[in-house]
Amino acid sequence: MNQSPRDFPAASKAALADESLKIALGRLKTHFGANRALAIERFGGDWEALREQGRAIRDFALTHLDTLLEQFERTVTARGGTVHWARDAKEAREVVLDILKDAGAKTVTKGKSMVSEEIALNPFLEANGLIPVETDLGEYIIQLRKEPPSHIIAPAFHLHKEQVAQTFREAHTHLDSARNLDERQALVGEARQLLRAQFEAADAGITGANFLAAEEGAAIIVTNEGNGDLTRLLPKTHIVLTGIEKVCADLNDAAVLLRLLTRSATGQDISSYVSVMLGPSDDDGPKNFHVVLVDNGRSRLIGGEAEEVLRCIRCSACLNHCPIYGAVGGHAYGATYPGPIGAALNPGVLGVANAAHLANASTFCGRCAEVCPVKIPLPAIMRHWRAREHASGLAPKSFVAGLGIWAFFAKRPALYRAITGLAARFLKMIGGKRGHIAALPLPRGWFAVRDLPTPQGKTFHEMWKAKR
Amino acid sequence: MTSKPRVGLFVTCLVDLMRPSVGFAAVKLLEQAGCDVFVPETQTCCGQPAWNAGADKDAAALARSVIDAFEGFDYVVAPSGSCGGMIHVHYVEVLRDDAAYLPRAKALAAKTYELIQFLVNVRGMKNVSAHCQTRACYHTSCSSLREMKVKDEPRQLLDTVSGLQLSELKEAEVCCGFGGLFSVKYPGISERMADDKIADIRSTGADLLVGPDLGCLLHLAGRMERQGNPVKVRHIAEVLADMRDPALGEP
Repeated sequence: MNQSPRDFPAASKAALADESLKIALGRLKTHFGANRALAIERFGGDWEALREQGRAIRDFALTHLDTLLEQFERTVTARGGTVHWARDAKEAREVVLDILKDAGAKTVTKGKSMVSEEIALNPFLEANGLIPVETDLGEYIIQLRKEPPSHIIAPAFHLHKEQVAQTFREAHTHLDSARNLDERQALVGEARQLLRAQFEAADAGITGANFLAAEEGAAIIVTNEGNGDLTRLLPKTHIVLTGIEKVCADLNDAAVLLRLLTRSATGQDISSYVSVMLGPSDDDGPKNFHVVLVDNGRSRLIGGEAEEVLRCIRCSACLNHCPIYGAVGGHAYGATYPGPIGAALNPGVLGVANAAHLANASTFCGRCAEVCPVKIPLPAIMRHWRAREHASGLAPKSFVAGLGIWAFFAKRPALYRAITGLAARFLKMIGGKRGHIAALPLPRGWFAVRDLPTPQGKTFHEMWKAKR
Repeated sequence: MTSKPRVGLFVTCLVDLMRPSVGFAAVKLLEQAGCDVFVPETQTCCGQPAWNAGADKDAAALARSVIDAFEGFDYVVAPSGSCGGMIHVHYVEVLRDDAAYLPRAKALAAKTYELIQFLVNVRGMKNVSAHCQTRACYHTSCSSLREMKVKDEPRQLLDTVSGLQLSELKEAEVCCGFGGLFSVKYPGISERMADDKIADIRSTGADLLVGPDLGCLLHLAGRMERQGNPVKVRHIAEVLADMRDPALGEP
């Protein structure tokens, strides 16, 4: 499994050759794209105004990040919870492990959390003798398959139900091998039954958070399977693991973001469950409530040209509408966050040298920015990383040289005219009577997949000059 | 009688090198729309390849030279949403740190148009006198659609071409996979996107593909040539100006 964005060229090539993946990705349009369009149609209100409101809420949060996080910590603490700060992945893993050790936990159920993927928590917990159990169906499937998620809200989107059935047969060996797993419902039923026991046995539960409301000290998650509630309510200890940027001013702001999130993500007016977590409880619910706030490169982006990427509410609309993601899927990106948001975020948090490919693999078609519920200018941020790559000498040498030669001529019109005049004649000559050229040594990438229609033979400028 | 507007034609580097007939079609249409057309000699490229590659200094140098050459005209018109979008949307970003040129970039942006948008929205063109007996579909460029906000204008004018029957693509707002240097850097992904677009084109039963940007058209025509696909490809200006040069890739 590709785990570095540096491998994007080879990984994307392999993904393009994967017929099964191609069929799975074909569902992006019919599944997510169409549902989102319908939800916005149904919304009835002014969607653009809501997007603008969402943008403003997120920008306010980012410009007041320090004070909002401190306020969040105070309100959580006042209610008996504990807030932990983690500068990077290593600190975050250790904080979580310490909490779990203090709680004497062995089995740990987990709601879906991309931050958990980001900090590679599961292998770390396993290495320390704990048993993490993913309870979101998609996460459960990929945990069994030892794969990373391929999509932010649908981690097993790259798989077909036949592959899932195969995985279940291999993992659940205590069940009747002749059982029927042809239908989706049978798969869901089997996972549900097995997970019930885990929910009851769990000593601690870990969830992510979609939003944090500073004023109320609340953490909010949305789920459709109800696994989030079982994860957070049944065990004695609940850990909310999330990024520092998830905070907003209050529940009113969170409610606006919620309206944007579910419509943009799955095309639902509202998710099946919205859980507002307000801390420990003496009755139902966890006795111990912890929030782990993870930076892991985020604060570096504050105040810079890529800051707007932190507005993201992880809805995946940009993935669902991206033709690049739609062609290669999530694993090719080699990073926790794929698609346009990954292309804009990863160079910032993983470094330009590591993740520049992702920023380059875009046609700048602009569809991601068009569907983004908080109006992140994704192509502009990708372009920013390209500029950083170019300025720091990290761009491929042959590419920079070619661009340099072209720019040299383009900045000298008289010379440019002479060269383009020759090029038009030369290409016309070798294209000959066929009207198109099938192969030239350069640019290799062009002729790898297409012919070149031949030019008409003279440049516009020389014909114009001759005419007037 | 009011004097004719003075229009600076931004030819675009691809039209200049690959397909001058598009430039002449643009001149013809602009003259039909009552404009005086000028072609500044110092223009080469809008700088977009440099800008998109992150070569900001080269992009800024080219932007300044375009501003110098074009700011004296009433309008700047390009037979391309991509180059038009570069001037209209991005020059103010390219020159954000250049106090002398930034106001000039803003002024130029405000009077820069994509050709069809200019003909319909600024000059009020309602119909063309052209004939083309064919079933056609229109493939917008992403920059024409999202940066220049051109959507209905090309369809309005194509509807007035006698004999031309226009079919809509199912995924008309999805990128064809050209993306400038993207097409060369990631040919495999570009190919997949082209093939998806071509399948959509074929399903309309169209014999002719028209579009506002030569980049997308060279990419799609080149790919269809490689596949042995018979759909003809032309720039929309050529069809609207009733010009009959061989289609892209044809002898």
